[in-house]
Amino acid sequence: MKRNVYLLVLSSIFLLIGFNGYAAGQTTATTLSNQSKLFNIGFVELKSDPRYKKKRLFARFMGQALGRPVAGAKLAVKEIKFHGIELGISFKLQHAKAKNEKDIEAKISELYASGVRFILLDLPAEDLALIAKQQPEKDIVLFNVSSYNTALRESQCQQNLFHTLPSHAMLSDALGQYLISKKWRKVLVLEGPLAEDKLLSSSFSASAKRYGLKISDTRPFILSNDPREREKNNVALMTNGDHDVIYIADSQGEFARNTPYKTLKPNLIVGSEGMTASAWHWAWDRHGAPQLEKRFEKKNKRPMANTDWAAWMAVKAIAGAVQSTKSTETKTITEYLTSDDNLLDTFKGYASSFRPWNNQLRQPILLTTHSWVVDRAPIKGFLHQKNNLDTLGIDQRNSKCQF
Amino acid sequence: MIKLLLKHFAILLVLLNFAAPAFAKGSGYIFVSSEKDNAVTVLNSKDYSLVKTINTSDRPRHLAFNADKTKVYASCGDGGSIDIIDIKTLEVSDQLEDIDDPEAFDFSPDGKYIYISLEDDGALGVVETASKKMIHSIEVGEEPEGVLASPDGTSVYVTSEVANMVHVVDTSSWELKANIQVGKRPRRFAMTPDNKELWVTSELDSSVSIIDPKLNKVKQLVKFSPKGFRPEDVTPVGIIMTADGQTAYITMGRANRVAIVDIPSRKVKKYILVGERAWNAELNKDESRLFVVNGLSDDVSVIDTSRQRVIKSVPVGRVPYMALIDD
Repeated sequence: MKRNVYLLVLSSIFLLIGFNGYAAGQTTATTLSNQSKLFNIGFVELKSDPRYKKKRLFARFMGQALGRPVAGAKLAVKEIKFHGIELGISFKLQHAKAKNEKDIEAKISELYASGVRFILLDLPAEDLALIAKQQPEKDIVLFNVSSYNTALRESQCQQNLFHTLPSHAMLSDALGQYLISKKWRKVLVLEGPLAEDKLLSSSFSASAKRYGLKISDTRPFILSNDPREREKNNVALMTNGDHDVIYIADSQGEFARNTPYKTLKPNLIVGSEGMTASAWHWAWDRHGAPQLEKRFEKKNKRPMANTDWAAWMAVKAIAGAVQSTKSTETKTITEYLTSDDNLLDTFKGYASSFRPWNNQLRQPILLTTHSWVVDRAPIKGFLHQKNNLDTLGIDQRNSKCQF
Repeated sequence: MIKLLLKHFAILLVLLNFAAPAFAKGSGYIFVSSEKDNAVTVLNSKDYSLVKTINTSDRPRHLAFNADKTKVYASCGDGGSIDIIDIKTLEVSDQLEDIDDPEAFDFSPDGKYIYISLEDDGALGVVETASKKMIHSIEVGEEPEGVLASPDGTSVYVTSEVANMVHVVDTSSWELKANIQVGKRPRRFAMTPDNKELWVTSELDSSVSIIDPKLNKVKQLVKFSPKGFRPEDVTPVGIIMTADGQTAYITMGRANRVAIVDIPSRKVKKYILVGERAWNAELNKDESRLFVVNGLSDDVSVIDTSRQRVIKSVPVGRVPYMALIDD
């Protein structure tokens, strides 16, 4: 039954192409109604993804998702309605929900079989790394929209895997630039027990080294009320010492949110609480950002978060490449993605582009509190010989990624 | 000798300065919209002193005179209206209501219609000036911005920042008759006085696309590269042309400069340093002064166009958007 419907849709598409294929290419007398060919963009998410558990979304931990990022992709599809007009195509999102980890591969194969070549992946880092490695098809292009792990852009990098979401390294570099520009050099690091907490703190310590911050101590914390573990769960006890700010590496967010005002001294908090580095923030009020935020909130009744923005950006990048190359060829589009000509509008200012050495979108990073954008990195004065945005994250000469 | 000449020139300038108001019919006011103060600042064009701050609906941006120059129309994005300011009383005397997020607008040549870019809806709204009613809404790319009615009245041009396009709307059918792909993030228009070229600035492409309005095709691209700037820091937005069609002034946004472009040769003759994030630009009637509105330094740079330099920097409201001169 399903197959029949599919065939019916397909044949009607071909019919329409037959009628309009020529006329649509001309600039005169073109309206939206005669865009007939479909360019499908895939989106794969995981039903059981722990990052979107109700309780976690409700808590609104800093820098974490506020909902499924597919919302960003859907919004972008609306924005690109004119991008295919010269080619006579319109864009559509094919949204696939994998039941479990094992189903991810099947969902991608299904999309591929139906002709989809560009697929956004909203998957936890481990699953994403596995999937990206397993893709035998050369003409499939994947976009990571929700994993910050730097390793995905480095040791685990893949030629057909792009990243619109900034890496941990880019985010911690933004924080590092800000702290050193304020001359808040001495930093106490509080580190959680999870693997991702360690990734956060090691990324921060690399940024500290890069920008000349001094980490006075790194202390482990745990979520517990056990009085026998008080040196790991009592914020006042843990924050004793001489430092300018406290960096918290807490990927879950529960410990971090209980840290401000509980410290021994009146310290400022950065990292997973206080001031955090973000890809997006609802309060950013320049470069057309309020309009984008407004469109997003109108549809989704919630603010746009980092991962929503990354999904939005990925769809925009794909459609922008189709518009600029006037092509629907996977190879042509992909090559254009990392070309120097491909300047992307992130709505954060500065023309952004993909780093050809690891397919990471270079972009400004916002330094945000719960209600405001304090500053935008690169912070004034941090310069790079080629592109100032490359002061954030792994630069070409330090990159371990080899395609 | 040179000194003497300069002295004469100076006297001449002084005389011209005195003489100018005597010939002018307008009020001599300069209107500047301020996005964040919800106000239009009125300056005196003689000494640029503050005349009045007019409170408007929220987030006033684009400003334009009505046909007989008795009113200033100000689109107020967050207020959802176009406020009409009476130049005599310097007060909001009337309003076009219930317009969702208007940004820029233009009157049809006969003054019958107002064409408005509706940022939120991704549409071009057509409002009947007399009845104040919106009679059409034409779907265009997201974030439409610049609007220009063709002088012959047959077309309306509107940019879409997000679709990287100039849409051409046919005013007889109210349908799109062409979609012209231009440089990334297109913003504002200027038509050459001979109506043969339509120039559109592209903020993210550091360029101006020159469109042939007969063919609705881009015929040339002019790139801006002031010395010492990387392309990503050059973001052209505002554009205005002299009546003789020889010179275009184009603001460079984040590069904090305004470019003087020789229209026939497309050559940039000079970049003048102005305030931060140079946004819209406006000439006075005799074209002796250019006013550049600086969105991030909350001021207006006044440029002497013969000497090609800033002679004064005038503080105005927060995040100024556009200036309009009634001289």
